[in-house]
Amino acid sequence: MSRAAASVLWGVLGVLAVMVAWELYKFLGPADGFVVGAVDGETGSGVMILPRTNDRAMPHLWEMGARLFQSTSGGSTPPLIVPVVTAALTTLGIAAVGWLIGVAVGVILGVVMQRYRLAEWGLLPWIVVSQTVPLIAFAPLLASIGSQIDRGGFPWPQWLSVAVIASYLAFFPVAVGVLRGLETPDRIHLDLMRSYASGYWSTLFRLRFPAAVPHLLPALRLAAASAVLGAVVAEVSIGMRGGIGRMLIQLAGQASSDPAAPWGPTFGSIALGLVAAGSVALLGLGLKNYRRGEATA
Amino acid sequence: MSTQDQATADLAVRATGVGKVFSTATGDVVALTDVELTVEAGEFVSLIGPSGCGKSTLLRLIADLDDASSGQLSIFGKTARQARIDQDYGIAFQQAGLLPWRTVAGNIELPLELHKVGRDARAARVAELAQLVGLSDFMDRYPDQLSGGMQQRVAIARALAEQPRLLLMDEPFGALDEMTREYLQSELARIAAETGAAVVFVTHSIPEAVFLSDRVVVMSPRPGRITDILDVPFGNERTEALRESPEYFERVTAVREALHGAPTERANER
Amino acid sequence: MTLAAQEREPARWVRVVAPVAVGVIMFALWVLIVDVLKIAPRALPSPFAVAGELVTHADIILEDMGITATNALIGLAAGAIVAIVAAGLAATFRPIDGMLAPLVAAIAVVPIVAITPILNTMFGASSQFGRVSIAALAAFVPVFINVLRGLRQTRPVHRDLLRASGASGSQTFRFLTLPTALPYLVTGLRVASSLAVIAALVAEYFGGPADGIGTAIAGYAKSGKAALAFAYVVGGVAIGLAFFLVTLLLEWLVTRRRPT
Repeated sequence: MSRAAASVLWGVLGVLAVMVAWELYKFLGPADGFVVGAVDGETGSGVMILPRTNDRAMPHLWEMGARLFQSTSGGSTPPLIVPVVTAALTTLGIAAVGWLIGVAVGVILGVVMQRYRLAEWGLLPWIVVSQTVPLIAFAPLLASIGSQIDRGGFPWPQWLSVAVIASYLAFFPVAVGVLRGLETPDRIHLDLMRSYASGYWSTLFRLRFPAAVPHLLPALRLAAASAVLGAVVAEVSIGMRGGIGRMLIQLAGQASSDPAAPWGPTFGSIALGLVAAGSVALLGLGLKNYRRGEATA
Repeated sequence: MSTQDQATADLAVRATGVGKVFSTATGDVVALTDVELTVEAGEFVSLIGPSGCGKSTLLRLIADLDDASSGQLSIFGKTARQARIDQDYGIAFQQAGLLPWRTVAGNIELPLELHKVGRDARAARVAELAQLVGLSDFMDRYPDQLSGGMQQRVAIARALAEQPRLLLMDEPFGALDEMTREYLQSELARIAAETGAAVVFVTHSIPEAVFLSDRVVVMSPRPGRITDILDVPFGNERTEALRESPEYFERVTAVREALHGAPTERANER
Repeated sequence: MTLAAQEREPARWVRVVAPVAVGVIMFALWVLIVDVLKIAPRALPSPFAVAGELVTHADIILEDMGITATNALIGLAAGAIVAIVAAGLAATFRPIDGMLAPLVAAIAVVPIVAITPILNTMFGASSQFGRVSIAALAAFVPVFINVLRGLRQTRPVHRDLLRASGASGSQTFRFLTLPTALPYLVTGLRVASSLAVIAALVAEYFGGPADGIGTAIAGYAKSGKAALAFAYVVGGVAIGLAFFLVTLLLEWLVTRRRPT
């Protein structure tokens, strides 16, 4: 059996183990959860450290699966999986735009910071700090700037605000990855380029960028994951319709009457993250010649 | 104990028909075949040969870092494994292999700490060893603050920590510059004489082997094996003057011819 | 030293001055746009208004900061402990590694906050547990990946040395594996600390109890109290920075003795 097949097999086993654990806990665990420090007669007091296992809180796996193929909201509405896929694709598209913006900004910042130490010293601390700023704070701000631009005659759809917020999360790993990556070439290679009287730009494209590939790919993958996260969160905070984030909130609101429904968009967003990261991994396959020295990590 | 067993126990190393085969993806590779070698107590023996001749492999078998595929190996009359557990030998590698988070003193006392030697006894022994290798003023330094030669001296002190009767060294000076190298060779010759330990010394430098050894074991690759063993009868006269004496050059030439003769011999065999 | 390297080495004091200068410029731009030119949208308040709100509402902001910071801290600690144990198991038993690797790879790229609503249903809407779990999951990934890598970083020469010294399995772990992995652990913690804060904060946006920094920011931003919302943002940044700086200090303490 090849190593790839073996790792797939182990992965499947891992997922199965999680599923078994879910059903096993549901079977064995207390129906109303386990609460420590509860005060008698006072509902909601104490801390619940084990979740409730009743069908409302923890639906069976097969119920979650079956729910995907039942109509969305009764009557003749299409099965749940249709709006889930549509919403996931909408969010994926927005995240992709955000990723592109983020990568462009990140690469430019990384190159500038690598070229000028002054820029690195001045900008890098702020770039790090920027990631501790709760981005939801900017969602309403961006939305209102967007609508101002929109009124000014230049069309600025709501999804563009979402994409910009997604790019705000995506640019960070790229900027740092490019900066570190461009610093990786060996001294002898740099000296070699210098002995060829190679200028900054040809050294950048012939040596620094190719050498940076092993740093860039994880950064791009991280950026993709961040862009998806940013898009989902921004949709919720701006209140944009049509994406998976909004759908998640909406169906979670109906969880008491339809407990399996929110799992639909949850699976949708999981698939979304995997597809986004997988697409970037495909990019890595095309660049495999630049990754010869790379240890498998 | 019979006289036979007693004789074996007096030998530092006794290898009979020792072989080593590595299985790789492309098939088995014979790293070492049919090695017959004895090292007397207190004797300095060098293993020399081109890369792939199995000299490091033989050392690793003696140290029980790898298992022999065939043959018998006894260290002071015990199995290699038992000798390792009893700490009958000390070892030094080409890379000093110092733990970067420990000071010089911390690195030297590592084996003592592993074998639960008390704090005071440890400190005393470390001071003694630092004196022996000339590092008394550097006890609190960290490895990254030392030159390559100093790191290697720490590694030698560490190998000597438990007063082993056998010292195994795998190209310990291979990564050093020529001046440091000659200096440390003289130091090692002195230390070996002072401690009376037997030494098995892997090297690819002919002058180094001749300068240090009582016997030089010449090895050859594909498959790794011993092709010749030469005596170097200089006793304890391992001084700088020796390096310039005609007898020394004569021995160097003899080893060189033994090394270079090997391929021709093999060609003739075929 | 090549010419290019010499070119980009300004004086050392610039290192401190440069970020401060950038900060001052950004602040000046902010003041210029909002207070001088008055061209900012309503959602971008004046920094002076934000400072005012920060002072007036210091008590409630601090209270909400406490809630979010506690969630993040418990999440970080729980996530890190589980990650260390899981990494230890994965490093020791190949099958566990095989089963965990794809799960961790998936958790790393999935928007974890998406499961907040489900956790809130499982633990009840009045429980902070959902938020803590999200922070824990977010912290788990970098700690697990880094510790597992660290546990595999022992150099062959060091392993040979300990074997040659007749060290037992537990001694090898204590004298070699653990010290080798420690810098990787603190690096993982540093990355995880920021993620845990962001996750705890963003999770508040997906429901649960009506407290915490995130809930407040969202609420005040929606109701048009932009300055107060920004005052809360400052609180959020303060939590994030505090976590980041503490773990950075920890990392510096552990790694300063190790050149690599």
